[in-house]
Amino acid sequence: MEILVIGLTIFALASFVGFEVITKIPATLHTPLMSGSNAISGIILTGAVIAAGSEKSTTATVLGFIAVILATVNVVGGFFVTHRMLAMFRKKD
Amino acid sequence: MSNEALDAFINFAYLIAAIFFIVGLKGLTHPRTAVRGNYLGGTGMLIAVVATLLHRDIVDPKLIFAGIAIGAVIGGVLAVKIDMKVVPQLVATFNGFGGIASVFVAGAEAVRDTESEVVATQTLVALVASGIIGAVTFWGSLVAIGKFSELDFLDRLKFPVGQWLNAFLALLLLLPAAWCINGTQPVMAYWLVVLVASILGVSLVVRIGGADMPVVVALLNSLSGLAAAATGFVLQNNILIITGALVGASGLILTQIMCRAMNRTLVSVLFTSFGTDGSSSQDDA
Repeated sequence: MEILVIGLTIFALASFVGFEVITKIPATLHTPLMSGSNAISGIILTGAVIAAGSEKSTTATVLGFIAVILATVNVVGGFFVTHRMLAMFRKKD
Repeated sequence: MSNEALDAFINFAYLIAAIFFIVGLKGLTHPRTAVRGNYLGGTGMLIAVVATLLHRDIVDPKLIFAGIAIGAVIGGVLAVKIDMKVVPQLVATFNGFGGIASVFVAGAEAVRDTESEVVATQTLVALVASGIIGAVTFWGSLVAIGKFSELDFLDRLKFPVGQWLNAFLALLLLLPAAWCINGTQPVMAYWLVVLVASILGVSLVVRIGGADMPVVVALLNSLSGLAAAATGFVLQNNILIITGALVGASGLILTQIMCRAMNRTLVSVLFTSFGTDGSSSQDDA
């Protein structure tokens, strides 16, 4: 039970940080910010790594392996495409 | 290193990664620091993943490296080669992949846990949340891709019962959810939850107009963060909870800002066709 309370605590505090960190954004940065934070939400990759690496059950390992691939696409693709968007704006300026 | 020391080390690395994510997100909101913000986010991710490889449950990392290699090639090639005109579809695709990855990770943990021990109720609640949010994110993103690509058949999919179908599906979802949390057969109930949530994900987004899709993708991005946080409660993993909450909250703010920029409200985007399909005639009921 104590673990649940600790989890809820960091969830609540991190949510407040998330609310506060986004303030005024120029409209041109809406899409890159969405894309960048989408890449960060690929953090589920860490969970996928644990699921794929532990060998308690074959089903779990297979599910974990697929999740590793999908989450890595999310992470790598996300950061690269955000970089491309930002590079495009820079050329225009 | 003892298991306790290892856990402490991993959690410390997670703290560093979380700081990178926060500073990175902050950087992405200003034109001058945006590129650096993106680099910081990537660095945080690298730290988090490398630290996770030290996790005590990991027996053999070969499969992990293979998966990461495959995913990195697919993601890298897509991101670098694809025409900039289809970038909205690409972002929606990546987002959907993150959502469905949460569904699979939580599903894997359900299989792992229930084979060996009785699972705590709070873990099962988190499991159900991961399944619902992850599946809605995935299928919602797929429909958003179709809308961006102007696939006409999607518009014909607007069911006559409209918003009532969504309400019905949401209620229907309670059955397998309760069955899962009850804990007798959580794995099978979990996949039923995912199935119903998938249909709900399609029916929620299919009725929203193509012009509002950027806002919908921003909202789905926020949801994929929440799915990761829910999975964090299943795995009791700090970095998933922190980062998921961070993306969930910041994504919601961004969604609101984007709505305002388009002179729309989030409610009008999500429920705009409410009343145009005959369902408003029941006002007096």
